Parts: sequence; structure tokens; C-alpha cells
Amino acid sequence: MGSDVLQQLVNSLLIGSVYSLVAIGLTLIWGVMNIINFAHGDFLMVGMFIAFWLYTLLHLDPLFSIPICAAVLFILGGLIYRFIVSKVMGGPLLAQLVVTFGVSIFLANLAVMLWTPDFRLIEKPLLNGTWSLGAVQLSIPKFAASLGSVLVSAGVLLFLKKTKTGKAILAVEMNRESALLVGINTDRINALSFGMGSALVGIAGAFLAMYYYIYPQVGGLFGLISFCIVALGGFGSIEGAFIAGILIGFVQTLGGYYFDPAYKYALVFLVYLITVWIRPQGLLGW
Amino acid sequence: MSAPLLEVQGISKHFGGLWANDNISFTVREGEIVGIIGPNGSGKSTLFNCITGFYRSDAGRVVYRGRDITHLSADRICKMGIARTFQIVQVISDMTVLENVMTGSFLHIPRKRAARAKAEEVLAFTGLWEKRDAAATSLTIPDKKRLEVSMALATQPKLLMLDEAMAGLTPVELKEMITLVRKVQGNGITLVIVEHVMEAVMELSHRVIGINSGRKIVEDVPEKIVVNPEVIRAYLGERYHARH
Amino acid sequence: MRTPTRRQIFVSAFVLVLLILYPLLVRGSFPLHVMIMVFLFAMMGVAWNIMGGYAGMFSFGQVAFFGIGAYTSSYLLTTYHVSPWIGLLAGGVLAALAAAAIGIPCSNLRGHYFAIASIAFAEIVRIHFNNWKLVGAAEGLTLPILNQSFKNFEFHTSKVPYYYVLLGFLILSLLVCSWVSNSRMGFYFRAIKESHDLAKVVGINFVHYRLMAIMISAFLTAMAGTFYAQYILYLDPDSVLILPISVQVVLVAMLGGSGSLMGPVIGAAILLPISEGTRVWLGPKGTGIDMVVYGTLIMLISAYQPQGVWGLLSRIGRGKA
Repeated sequence: MGSDVLQQLVNSLLIGSVYSLVAIGLTLIWGVMNIINFAHGDFLMVGMFIAFWLYTLLHLDPLFSIPICAAVLFILGGLIYRFIVSKVMGGPLLAQLVVTFGVSIFLANLAVMLWTPDFRLIEKPLLNGTWSLGAVQLSIPKFAASLGSVLVSAGVLLFLKKTKTGKAILAVEMNRESALLVGINTDRINALSFGMGSALVGIAGAFLAMYYYIYPQVGGLFGLISFCIVALGGFGSIEGAFIAGILIGFVQTLGGYYFDPAYKYALVFLVYLITVWIRPQGLLGW
Repeated sequence: MSAPLLEVQGISKHFGGLWANDNISFTVREGEIVGIIGPNGSGKSTLFNCITGFYRSDAGRVVYRGRDITHLSADRICKMGIARTFQIVQVISDMTVLENVMTGSFLHIPRKRAARAKAEEVLAFTGLWEKRDAAATSLTIPDKKRLEVSMALATQPKLLMLDEAMAGLTPVELKEMITLVRKVQGNGITLVIVEHVMEAVMELSHRVIGINSGRKIVEDVPEKIVVNPEVIRAYLGERYHARH
Repeated sequence: MRTPTRRQIFVSAFVLVLLILYPLLVRGSFPLHVMIMVFLFAMMGVAWNIMGGYAGMFSFGQVAFFGIGAYTSSYLLTTYHVSPWIGLLAGGVLAALAAAAIGIPCSNLRGHYFAIASIAFAEIVRIHFNNWKLVGAAEGLTLPILNQSFKNFEFHTSKVPYYYVLLGFLILSLLVCSWVSNSRMGFYFRAIKESHDLAKVVGINFVHYRLMAIMISAFLTAMAGTFYAQYILYLDPDSVLILPISVQVVLVAMLGGSGSLMGPVIGAAILLPISEGTRVWLGPKGTGIDMVVYGTLIMLISAYQPQGVWGLLSRIGRGKA
């Protein structure tokens, strides 16, 4: 019985850390621009497909696709910001909420058009198999994805706190007007953040592609969960998104195991709703 | 003119380790205009919010007309007769001036026609009647402040609390606002005004309370306040224009 | 809401006459189906407007109320042979209760936070119905085919009666919305939309009024759900509880101009023919191109005409004045 719990705890951490990476990308965009990218999950899907096609056509292992996924999604994010999202900044809130839904529908169905709705899987990634650590079965690709996510998340935090550009991003997050006053080009920061947030979720996509099913609609649920995680962690808070991601990993895994697997996502949403009831600004939000 | 309308007893409020309000007490009598002054960050707005139910004070009591209103919600306090304005003026964007004031008069007058009549009455009183069909957002700042006061008056308060209503006004606008405040008081409404603009405070207040670093440092008539050493020390470095 | 001008009354009356004559002027069932879809989403858009356009709560979870309405009346019909008209009311009441249940925890949420919470709520409902054996879980419910009659709320030989019933529902919704907007409640909604602090300062118990807005909106949306169930005679979670329906409702309100009475009607009149058209002409191969077009449309509209058609019209109107 004890080993069961341990296994579930490990599983929670594994999925939670990937969730965290996805959420960090989203909260970066949200914190800087006050806009929720409802297409965030679909960006994840694009990252996963890039890894898949690189594997299928060029025999490139997902591990090595990571920089490519990051780069492509960075550009995609930048383009979408420049040509679509930037037009709604400063406009009615409703339009801001709706526009990325449009992007989401567009991307998901473009994927259906190009690649059919079929489920794909990367059969033999480099990192394959399972470690047996005592009572716990540790899936190697999941572990690699999880470790990678944590490292990237830490890297993002370092970047934001230590580099000049990173600090500029944080400055805009905290107070747009003041940032403008000290000469920070907020439009450039917007584009950069959108690109970075998208790149991060592209990396997460490459990680997930190592073991997860790849299909056009996969972004839907991941997207929804990442919104909840970001709101749970507190708008704009990177640390909050990380912690909330792990928490949600626990809720989903333990809830699914001890309550009912069919309801695991419902539990995630329920926990989110209860938390915002008690603390509307999220765990670490300001 | 002598019954206590509002009694603030030992109000304290802290944020983290900082005591924004530290054991503040004072009384406001019916018909008075009480001024509250203090440098930036002294806790005036916090006090305001604690009294009017926007913040929950950590200690102390607020008694209004003999009833303890300390932890009542802001809308309940408004229903009981205390109205307030905000430092950063807020009006309802997609409505006309008249509709804004009607939103206030609806509090005690549920029927639309009567609520509208009351709102028009208030607008005539505050001098905005001609602009009643203008979009609220099209008003100048001084007019928006006037609108805010109108909305507050429409809720038929016994006590009106103004939060830095004189800020940012030109000398002419200031005189008009001062006249309006006097007019409101003349109509039987008691006022508490938080102010930075010394001219207004001195001209209007029967009594002035000075706050610094969360504590009440002085309570006296305006003439004595200006020469009070504590007040001068608190304000050292701050310019103010007095016409005395 | 201003009292309508004479020109507006004439135009509305003219349009109403056209709508009443429409079934006599067209042939085939597809044009009728399109108009039924227009009315359906117009009605839901009007309902959304009450909580979104007026009170500022941008819900992306309306489908939950739609589904609750559809499932309630259908379940009562299939299991207890309760008349769909009673089921209609029951569905509305249940949806309103669900609205209160979600409204309370969300009473302080605004903007993005509220939007996400509404999606989370709708997803919980969908997942639950997908697993709930009582209502058929993923398989859903099939409504019994009864003799066609107004009493049975089923018509088989023609869509025309459905058309008129739904037109009636839509007019009812517009009347409710108009009444709300012009009443004290409507003023309070708009104050709440502006700011909670402002609402408090004029004595408004914003929690109470937010709940009212959500509950009224939920009731009307649930009515639309019951209609849909009686129209299609089959429902499952994937057809009456999915996010795209919620998004379409918001789009309809936004496109027409949220915060205006007729906005959602205009929005539906523009959007639904396009979405039904692309679905029928581009959709059948399953390539997804119809949705690509739809997604592109959403992006363009939000980016370049976010005030919607009403905003455009009123800008033109003001320009002329």
C-alpha cells in the first residue's frame, strides 16, 4: 500500500513539472501583457507535432528537437503577436479574450487539415524504458521530460532576475507606466514575452512528445489546465505558476487514483474554483 | 448641532508589519465639517476605508448614530447614511450624467420615475443639471468630481466623507468646490474631508485632525493647527499656500 | 438603454414582419435550419449580454446552462414522461440554481479570472455528464418520437413550427433583457461592470446583483437548451456541453456589439449563416477547413472590428449627427 502512494507521488511530480513549464510560458505572457493566450495549449500541440515530424522524417530524436521547437514557436508567437494580438491591446477586454480563441480554433483545425485527426506516437525515442527504483517504476522519458522542465523553469527564473532584458520584462510586469518612463520599449517587451512564452511551451511540447500521444486536439485540455494553474499561482507570478503546476499534478494524479480516473480533470477544475473563492488573486499573485 | 454623529474609537489597521492606522479616535458632531490632514502615507485613506467599510480594521470601533458599524459591509454603511467619494474619481462610463446620479438615488427610491426626479434635483443643487444628458466620460475632471459628489448626495446621506476632493483643481475650480461643500453642509449634511489643499481645509473646517505615521497627533481649530509645532514638523518640506 | 427612436421602432417592426413571413418566402429546410440556428444563438447571446455586456461578467461557460436545460427536460421526458414545457421550466430553474452555486464562489472575480472560472465550471459539468450513467453518460439521451404537436413540442413534417416557437422565445428573451436593462437592476449591473468599489459606494450589494444577472442569464440559456433537445431529439455531452458553443455565444454578442439590446441578434444573423454555410459546404470532407475559416474570421473581427457591428453603426450614426 505504501509503495502505491510513493508511485502516485512520483507520478504527480512527473506530470506536475511539465505542467509547470507550460504554465510558466503562459504566465509570462499574462503578466506582461495582461492577456490570456487561449491558444497556448495549441502552441503546445504545434511543438509536439514539430518534434514528431522531425522524428518521422529526419529521424531526429525529440531531445535534439528541443531547440528547433523553441525557435519555431518563438517565431510563431512573435508573428501572432505582431499581426493579431498587438491590434487588440488597449482595446475592449472582450476582444482580447476572444482573439486568441480564434487563434486556437485556427491552429487546431489547421493541424487537422494538414495532418488528419489521427493519434500519433513516437515509437522509439532515445530515452526509452523504465527504471525500477525499489517499489517505484520510473518511466525514463517522463523523468527526462520532468527534469528538463524543472531545469528550463529555473533557467527562465534566472534569466528574468539576472539579465538586463529579463529585468526589463519583470519591470513591465509590475508597472507598465513606470517601465515606459524609464525608457523600456514596452512593445518590444510584449513581443519578446509572447515569443518567449511560446518558446517555453514549444519546449514542453518537445518533452511531452517523448511519451505522449500527439494529435491536433491535444492542446485543448492542456490549455485549460494551464489557465487554471496560472490563475491558481497568481497572475504574472513565475514562482506561483511553478508551485501551482506541481500542486495540480498532485490533484490530478492522486485524485484520479484514489477517487475516479474519469474525474481527474474535473477535480483539477474544482480545486481551482475553490482556491479562487478563498483567495481570488491566487497563491502568489499581487 | 451637538449630538455625536460619528465616533471613531481606537481604530487600528496594519498591513504586514506596518501600522497604517494606530489607535485613532475622534468624534464628529452633527452639522460640523471636520478636516483630516496629514502628509502622504500618513494613513488618511486607510482611515477613510476603515470607517466606510472598504477595509476591515484590526482593532477599534466605529459608532454611527449610536450604532456599531465597525465591521459592516460598505454597501450597508452607505444604506445607513454615510456616503464617500474616491481619491481617483470614479463614474459609470457607459451612462449619462443623469443616469449616474439615478444609480445613486435608486438606493432609497426604487421607482424609476421618482429616482430620476430626485437625481435631477441633486444635479440642480450641484450645478450639473445642464449637463445631465452628457456622457459621463465626456466631463472635465472638476465636473466629474461634482458628479461623484452628486451620486453620493443622491444616496441621501447624513454624513458625507470626501477623499481629497480638492486635489488638482485650479483656483477658480477650488472656489467653486468650496462653495459646493458649504452648500452641502447648509443642507444639513455633516462632512468629513480628507485634504492636502490647506486653503480648503482652513476655510471649511470647524475642527481639524492631524494624522502622521498612522497616529493622531493633534485635534484643534484651524487657526491653532497652522501654528502647532507637531503639524509643522510633520509637514516640514511640504509647501502649502495659506491666505491668512 | 435609451428609449428607442421612432426610426428604430420602424426598423424593428419591419424586420419582425420579414421574419414572420420568412418561412413562406423560402423553400427547403436548410434556410429554415439556418434561421433557427440564428435565433438559437441570438437568444443565447441576449442571455449572455445580461451578465456579460451589462454586468461585465464575461462568461465563457454558457454551454453549461444550455446543457443543463437540454438534459433536464430530456431526462424528465424520457424517464417520467413529463411534458417538455414543464421540463423547460424545470431546466431553467436547475440552471439558475447551478448559476447561483457557481456565482457565489466567483462573486469577486472579474475579467480574465471570471472567464477562466466559467470555463472550469462548464468543463466540470461536461465531465460529470460524460460519466453519469443516469443520463446516459457518453452515449447521451435519445428523445422518444411522439406525435407531432405543439403540446409534445415535436414537429416532424416541417421545421416551420420550430421556427415560430423559437422566434417567440427570442422575442421573450429580448423583452426580458430590455426590461432588465431599463430597470433599477440594469443600472446596478452597469455600476457593477464599472467597478465593485463604485457599486459599494452607492449602496449596491454587488454579490446579490451579480447572482441575479447570472441566474437570469442561466434560465434563458437553459430554455434554449430545451428547445435544441426537442429540435434534434438527441443529445450527448459532445453536442450540448462543449466549449465551442460557449465561444460562439460570446462571439455572437461581441460581433453584434455587446451591451446593446439587438447586438446579439445582428451578430447571430451574420455569424451563423457563415458558420453553418462553411460547415455544410466545406465541412463534410472532415478536413477541418471550415473551422480554419471560422477561426480566421474570429481573429480578424476581434483584431479589426472589436466594437462589433453595433459599434460600427453607432459610429456612423454619430458621424452623421
